[in-house]
Amino acid sequence: MAARMENVEEIRNRVILGEFGVTNVHTTDFPGNYPGYDDTWNVEKFQKNFRIDVVHLDENSMEFDMVGIDAAIANAFRRILLAEVPTMATEKVFIYSNTSIVQDEVLAHRLGLIPIKADPHLFEYRNTGEESAEEEGSEIDTIQLQLKIKCSRNPRASKDSSDPRELYLNHMVYSKDIKWVPIGNQADVFADCCIGPVHDDILIAQLRPGQELDIVMHCVKGIGKDHAKFSPVATASYRLLPEITLLEVVEGEKAERLKQCFSRGVIDLEDINGTKVAKVVNSRLDTCSREVLRHSDLKNVVKLGRVRDHFIFTVESTGILPPDVLVTEAIKVLVAKCQRFLNELDSTAME
Amino acid sequence: MAGEGEKKAVLEMVQADGADEGCVTFVLHDEDHTLGNSLRYMIMKNADVEFCGYTITHPSESKINFRIQTRGGIPAAEPLRRGLNELSDVCQHVLNTFQVSMCDCSVHNMCLT
Repeated sequence: MAARMENVEEIRNRVILGEFGVTNVHTTDFPGNYPGYDDTWNVEKFQKNFRIDVVHLDENSMEFDMVGIDAAIANAFRRILLAEVPTMATEKVFIYSNTSIVQDEVLAHRLGLIPIKADPHLFEYRNTGEESAEEEGSEIDTIQLQLKIKCSRNPRASKDSSDPRELYLNHMVYSKDIKWVPIGNQADVFADCCIGPVHDDILIAQLRPGQELDIVMHCVKGIGKDHAKFSPVATASYRLLPEITLLEVVEGEKAERLKQCFSRGVIDLEDINGTKVAKVVNSRLDTCSREVLRHSDLKNVVKLGRVRDHFIFTVESTGILPPDVLVTEAIKVLVAKCQRFLNELDSTAME
Repeated sequence: MAGEGEKKAVLEMVQADGADEGCVTFVLHDEDHTLGNSLRYMIMKNADVEFCGYTITHPSESKINFRIQTRGGIPAAEPLRRGLNELSDVCQHVLNTFQVSMCDCSVHNMCLT
């Protein structure tokens, strides 16, 4: 079957969700693939078609649309958000005293995962090498935190109470008990911004009277590729914009059932001449469960697809950096990667 | 082509003997699908390129083999350089567009839902 005009447009722009599989997934618009189309990279065409719409923004998460870009580059941004934007996190845990029932290594692991509110731009990467055995870390690359807490019996508790909150003092160790210890000139440089855990209410360990924790932590700069504790996002993901087309008029009871097959708010029933007719109102809300394809009388009425170059990004930050700063940082990391290889090409070309 | 002394190699070129300058495999160190796939897309959009692909030779090693074959005798380093420049420009444009839409967002205050 020769590809017709509409069919070609559909193959180029849409991912088709079929009953048994998803087709047209890969980008095919490279020069030479489609006769009659000029697919060579054109900066003006890209800049004309490209847009970003911010849908939702608050201090910890944002949702924005990126339209007119290819999946390879959108995926590169997502991968960089997860693994290559640098942050500060606890790396070395010096345990002077741990008499709790949480093992040393488990406690150290938990402390590493606590997000630390410190701007990574103001710190350098620590130089790993032979000097890792001697240098304890200087003020430009290390943050020192301390956790010193001891659980004791509450003298003012009543005789027959069994509530641990009443009986003991300091029996729950929270992240708010972690204190910053400035080294070198950090006290002056960071006088106004408080360095410490992002959240105060992360439970680290539980203690009983007589048990104590005396721990010093060194935080360094790192990236998520090295260890997931350095990842600045709770998660960053994208989905493609769904597209639902009704191939014929659906009315009455069939329209009701069609509405039930999609997520709420996607299909609405309009009253035309007394009968209810189905209409696609907002396909963005659909989760693409393809439920409609399970019903034999409804599956030929609807065409499900996704728009291949419309990405709905959701970025949730752990609180270290605001989500819009994270996105700009991720884009800058990709630029830096390109620049690194351009410099390398230039330097080898000159040899 | 690799760095001298202690410096780690970042980019190497491997060429088969007898082949012309148009068919080269570049070895990019410390890279993965993040740069590999996006660079492959930009280079494939170049009409002079006959073949472009990348492989991650082994998942334990962070390096990619990036192969470019050109038609018309063009040296393969040229589409690579052009692809890197174009990718860099795309990112710059994305950054500018994002910052403009963030400014609009804060001015109109409509996305603080």
